[in-house]
Amino acid sequence: MSLLSARNLELSFGGIRAVQDVSFDVEPGEVFSIIGPNGAGKTTIFNLISRFYDMDSGQLNLDGTDLGRLNAHDVARAGIARTFQNTELFEHETVLQNLLIGCHVNRRTGLLSELLHLPGTAKQELVFRQIVEKVIDLVDLQAYRYQAIGSLPYGVRKMVEIARALCVRPKLLLLDEPASGLNPEETEDLSFWIEDINQDHGITVLMVEHDMNLVSRISNRVLAMSEGKVITIGEPADVQNHPEVLEAYLGVAEDAA
Amino acid sequence: MRFIFKTRYEQDSRLIKHRGQLFWYALLLLTLLVAPLVLDRFYVGEISFVFIYAIAGLGLMLLTGYTGQVSLGHAAFLAIGAYAHAYLLAKGLPFIVSLPAATILTGVVGAIVAIPALRLVGIYLAIATLAFLIIVEQVITRWVSVTGGGRGMLVEPVEIFGVALSSPGRFYFLCLVLLVLSLLGVMNLLRAPTGRAMLAVRDSEIAARSMGINLARTKATAFGISAALTGLAGVLMAHHTGYISPEAFTLTISIQLLLLIVVGGLGSLHGVIFGAIFVGFLPQGIALLRDVLPPAVGQLPGLEPGIFGLILILFLMFEPHGIYGQWRKVRQFFSELPLYRKATYKRQKTYLRTERVR
Repeated sequence: MSLLSARNLELSFGGIRAVQDVSFDVEPGEVFSIIGPNGAGKTTIFNLISRFYDMDSGQLNLDGTDLGRLNAHDVARAGIARTFQNTELFEHETVLQNLLIGCHVNRRTGLLSELLHLPGTAKQELVFRQIVEKVIDLVDLQAYRYQAIGSLPYGVRKMVEIARALCVRPKLLLLDEPASGLNPEETEDLSFWIEDINQDHGITVLMVEHDMNLVSRISNRVLAMSEGKVITIGEPADVQNHPEVLEAYLGVAEDAA
Repeated sequence: MRFIFKTRYEQDSRLIKHRGQLFWYALLLLTLLVAPLVLDRFYVGEISFVFIYAIAGLGLMLLTGYTGQVSLGHAAFLAIGAYAHAYLLAKGLPFIVSLPAATILTGVVGAIVAIPALRLVGIYLAIATLAFLIIVEQVITRWVSVTGGGRGMLVEPVEIFGVALSSPGRFYFLCLVLLVLSLLGVMNLLRAPTGRAMLAVRDSEIAARSMGINLARTKATAFGISAALTGLAGVLMAHHTGYISPEAFTLTISIQLLLLIVVGGLGSLHGVIFGAIFVGFLPQGIALLRDVLPPAVGQLPGLEPGIFGLILILFLMFEPHGIYGQWRKVRQFFSELPLYRKATYKRQKTYLRTERVR
């Protein structure tokens, strides 16, 4: 059974049909990429999965859970963590604090226990810290632990955001343009980390990305869309050479018609 | 410079990080314990007032400085705490019951106020809380059977298990103990998930939601705890003045509390204390200043609010991190003395959206 299944998703903003009859399945353990020109509706699909938008119609299922019934803040608990296109970190806090906030879904303590810092809270802090430290080791953030986000370079912030999402310990990780703004070297590192996360930690990855190099290297399958509609789903190489995909990106030669 | 060698994760969540801190905080506490024995009654009363202001400021700091929700209505929570307590005392409840009851009642009112406020941000939230303050002012003035209306209410003196605590010296210790307990509570909260959820809501609501943080619950909790602390300050304020009337809880008080947290330093607990000292003692300073200045300037009626406003503007322009920000800079200068780099705290313009400080 697929991990995430989307059936006939529809969403309009006024007269603009941002997502039209989109269906796809993400299998457990795969890296699934969504590509398409600007305004194709890729991020909108992410926002539907995150429940930031209500879909007009359609079905979203994660491992048997109907996502449509959840609140936005319950999606993380269901097993989905995400990053954002332009990074949405907690700017005034340190990397450590950001990652600890990522552990929030594992909270078991009540307000009273926290106010008095009872042993339960102290123990939970240790558990959170161990989760955080594992993630820090995974993505090599040791040097930045106590630095405020505001003082970090963009490439590191991107990694902190992925690390924060990993602290949720998700089944499905949504990466919204993880390579945007990174230099080629950082993109190279990123591709290795995504492979690590996917293969060694068994986290399924759903990614929106423009860098075709990165997409074809790490994705198992690719979905291409344009103007809210799915063009094709398939192996990276096939999708890249699909005539309609080429048309969506490059347009049609005038004499071809 | 001090380097803390960390070998255990617990070290990061300890309240006191190293021996130097332990020494200075112990010294501060000792000084505060000895002070009422040495100082004049008048000053003991004034310092108690600073403690009360610090508790109220702590409440507003949690809401505005840590959760990012502006409130112009905190004078209302002060009033609710004060009136509830005075009413319960007058009904014959002992102080030891009435104090927590009034505090919790104010907290519950705060959490209820949060419900309509959940959808409002920034200036709109400020206006909504202002409206709440006006409603509370009207209720207090009109609900004569409970509040005494414009005539006000006398507050019965403090007594715990038959021991009178109404003398300035004893009342000072009551305020000090409650301030320390409030501070500890807030510090504990800030090193636990609830406090971190508040920071998250302040910095990015959208990211907070995607991390599984319930915005409504977090904001309601922040409002509730903030209101409870301010209500506690209201209880103490009622005893400090011995008499409460609607004029004691006006918009000016709300603005003074905002001044307290901004001048002290938004987002820091040290800032609360610095700000409370500042707001508590500035009127005294201005009174002294009046005698020194030539009568034409010294006797101007609007001198006090004028100076308050001027100081607020100067802080916003030159030191947005408040007195605590300044304190940190001075401390860093001395700790790195021969190697201090002039540009360490140089302010510069930022252009990337993610680099902009709200």
